[in-house]
Amino acid sequence: MKLPSDLRKEYAQRLPESVIKSLEEELPDKIAQAKVEKILQRTVEEYERMLVEAGECVGLVAAESIGEPGTQMTLDTFHFAGVSEMNVTVGLPRIIEILDAKKNITTPMMEIYLKEPYSKGKDIRQKALAIKETRLGEIVKKFVINPMELRMDITLDTERLTELEMSPADLKKGLKQAFKQFNVEAEGDLVVIKGGRGKADLKDLYRVKEKLRQAFIKGVKGVKQVLPIKKGEEFIIVTAGTNLRTVLALDFVDMTRTISNDIHEVAEVLGIEAARQVIMNEVLKVIDTQGLNVDARHIMLVADTMCVLGAIKGITRYGVVQEKSSALARASFETPIRHLVRAAVIGEEDLLTSVVENVMLNQPVPVGTGLPKLVAK
Amino acid sequence: MAEVYLNGRYAGTVQDAAAFAQRFVEHRRKGAMPPKVNVHLNKTGDIEVETGGGRLVRPLIVVREGKPMLTEKHVKQLQKGELNWEQLVKEGVIEYLDAGEEENALVAFTEEELSPKHTHLEITPLAIIGLCTSLVPYANFSPPARVNMGSKNQKQAVGLYVSNFHLRTDMDVNILNTPQTPLVRSIMHSISEYDKHPAGQNVVVAVMSYQGYNMEDAIVLNKSSLERGFGRSTYFRPLKAEELRYSGGLVDEIGIPDKDVKGYKSEHDYRYLEQDGIIFPEAQVKEGDIAIGKTSPPRFLSSIDQYNLSLDTRRESSVGLSHGEEGIVDLILLTENAEGNRLVKVKVRDTRLPEIGDKFTSRHGQKGVVGLIVPEADMPFSASGIIPDIIFSPHGIPSRMTISHLIEMLAGKVGALKADFVDGTIFSAEPEDRLRQELLRLGFRENGVEMMYNGHSGEAYQAKIFIGDMYYLKLKHMVANKIHARARGPIQLLTRQPTEGRAKEGGLRLGEMEKDTFVAHGASLLLKERFDSDRTVIPICEECGMVAVHDAYRNKSYCVTCGEGAQIDFIEISYAFKLIMDEMKSLCIYPKLVLKRKW
Repeated sequence: MKLPSDLRKEYAQRLPESVIKSLEEELPDKIAQAKVEKILQRTVEEYERMLVEAGECVGLVAAESIGEPGTQMTLDTFHFAGVSEMNVTVGLPRIIEILDAKKNITTPMMEIYLKEPYSKGKDIRQKALAIKETRLGEIVKKFVINPMELRMDITLDTERLTELEMSPADLKKGLKQAFKQFNVEAEGDLVVIKGGRGKADLKDLYRVKEKLRQAFIKGVKGVKQVLPIKKGEEFIIVTAGTNLRTVLALDFVDMTRTISNDIHEVAEVLGIEAARQVIMNEVLKVIDTQGLNVDARHIMLVADTMCVLGAIKGITRYGVVQEKSSALARASFETPIRHLVRAAVIGEEDLLTSVVENVMLNQPVPVGTGLPKLVAK
Repeated sequence: MAEVYLNGRYAGTVQDAAAFAQRFVEHRRKGAMPPKVNVHLNKTGDIEVETGGGRLVRPLIVVREGKPMLTEKHVKQLQKGELNWEQLVKEGVIEYLDAGEEENALVAFTEEELSPKHTHLEITPLAIIGLCTSLVPYANFSPPARVNMGSKNQKQAVGLYVSNFHLRTDMDVNILNTPQTPLVRSIMHSISEYDKHPAGQNVVVAVMSYQGYNMEDAIVLNKSSLERGFGRSTYFRPLKAEELRYSGGLVDEIGIPDKDVKGYKSEHDYRYLEQDGIIFPEAQVKEGDIAIGKTSPPRFLSSIDQYNLSLDTRRESSVGLSHGEEGIVDLILLTENAEGNRLVKVKVRDTRLPEIGDKFTSRHGQKGVVGLIVPEADMPFSASGIIPDIIFSPHGIPSRMTISHLIEMLAGKVGALKADFVDGTIFSAEPEDRLRQELLRLGFRENGVEMMYNGHSGEAYQAKIFIGDMYYLKLKHMVANKIHARARGPIQLLTRQPTEGRAKEGGLRLGEMEKDTFVAHGASLLLKERFDSDRTVIPICEECGMVAVHDAYRNKSYCVTCGEGAQIDFIEISYAFKLIMDEMKSLCIYPKLVLKRKW
């Protein structure tokens, strides 16, 4: 049933849009106006009862609510032994990684959603391989250095080459551009590199051999492994190693849903709001896989704390703790002398507005019953 | 070509590593090499020879072509006493392997499984476990973790650890008054002469619940069993006093302290002391009572004599019973210590009856605490009138899978009924089905369950109750030594916070996480009250914001830096914060307090 516009207008201020919408869905079509009003009033009552009350210590409750199940997590943290499938960091190490806002995470991954018809499974293998980063070393059978003629014969793995839809001629072109000081020629499955312009000697050839191994051939840089999997009804590509910016630009990729698990990368490519969402999703994912149950709103609060400043701050002494206004609060969390000395040097003032400082001084903490004050005139 | 390392150092090379190792071992078996030198062909194909001490070695029977070197003849000679261990080792029948050489060996567990591939045979399957673990009956029926716990629990059991305990003055001694040898025993009980130092008692155990008083591993005890002596132990604690010598010819003095010594307690506290300042035997002492009266010369003699008029004030340093202790004086020992100073030791004994909270265990890692002590009249009883000594909760069994616990009950029942010991040695115990047949023959149900009746109402229980005999151990953790609470008491000098630990009558710390729960509940003022243990009121100068001085004699406050005129206010803060401000000052940080009226 659709709410009459006057009621809708009235309650739009008091209830969130989503609640009104679900009410409209649930209410039967034929219902008396008075009843609707009564229901709305009750809903408002219930809704306001659910709201966090003033003085509620939400941060600490969030910390306890994540921390307590965390103690159980330490006991059953598993690493998948990387047999053939991808190795994923799960459990407590991953949580620590996210909340500390580590720059280099141990298992960066992307979930690449595809546009139709690829999402239905068309050419899924080729598309996946097209994303995978290929280095020259992977498609070479052997390198032979001929010191007499100062040349290097590179025998290519033709099978791998056709799989990648490439020919030795393509390779030659690419290599010529990358190594301008050498002459590059292609003969069948052989690529020959000769020291051109006289100057190159044997040492250079050896040096270039290692460089060649690492030479980037095809795909998306940073994507170490690809794995097409079926997620629900559609096919997606999961990768080890990330490069969100490049992948989003590919024409067969559904850029509206493709995501990386590296929060810093997401913040850079998609913005801080997206990063906040990734923090939440990733933490929730770990908690779910561990079979624990933590209310999403606690994690929301943590993610908000990490992102309010527009840049991601980890829950560390260099991150959000650094931003605390109270010198005493900072000093109570790791490296106290450093914080006290620094506060003394710039003459900081501590207004004793939060919990830790007041516990130190044995004053009532300004939460809960400590919040109301007597006003005398 | 293989490299040879002697104790980890390169020593040379050999052509054929395997042949070298083989020859090496042959030489050792012939006696050309000491028996505890080991050789090991490692994964890289190199030879490692170890001769050093500190390696764990274990003896095994040498096997040649699938046949053990130890023959029937050897066994007969051993039985007659014509052959001994050393000779067997010398003959190469038994040899010691270390961890390295073991890697090259294939050891058969039993003689039956021997094949031509095997190089060694276990002397007995029992050898894979240690002494304490061998004392766990039917251990091969329980998970290793539980067997491990069972063997660790036995080390904590109260028993008869030495037979001359009454002459010794060891610290923290518990002696079980009426120890028994277990009905279900293993070969290790004979080898270690367990009968001479037993640590438990055989009791009747029923597996059932009793009004929820044996939840969470608790056990219910029969009061009459305790009165008959089950779990009754004696706790001994020595008190010690020495007449120490100090520089300047001053000495401690054992004797009844004079009334004018510093720290004189009260006449009442010294009432048991005889002329020599030492308590008499069989005195019933309680906490605070002095057992050995002693005075010491004054401390800091040189600095005090300028100010102190009574030059010769000695300090009281008597030794008495500390907080919560009581007992009867058992033994008094007068002797000298290594420096020739007079040494007095007084041993106090205290009989400990099992009480709620004392810890008991079977030999299978099934430890539990006493949850309730029930008068015999209220205990369940069987059709034949057997009343269990202990009621053990069935919930302790499924998750821990201690089948050995159950089999011991069965075996113990057979043993008690037949008046004979039952062999429970790991891997070679009396098999369960034989126990069942035996039980059937003795007129009981073969699975050990019995009809039982409710002790309160006399009604029969619907379920048949599994009941049997077990060897139970009383562990040394007794509540009497642990119980602790405090409302007020001593504080630390530096922080003015309560002392820590039971021995110092300390407070129970409300820690960081406990604090968080108060904050989470918004119980701000309750939290403040909890942390009031080191609350102080200090004067603060409004001008400089530092701690001022209050002269109670003149009832005047003044600031050391700003003088008499400055406005001084009193604030209430934790002493710990005053202390941290002092520490900041020592770092040349100026912690200025800016005061604001609360109203």
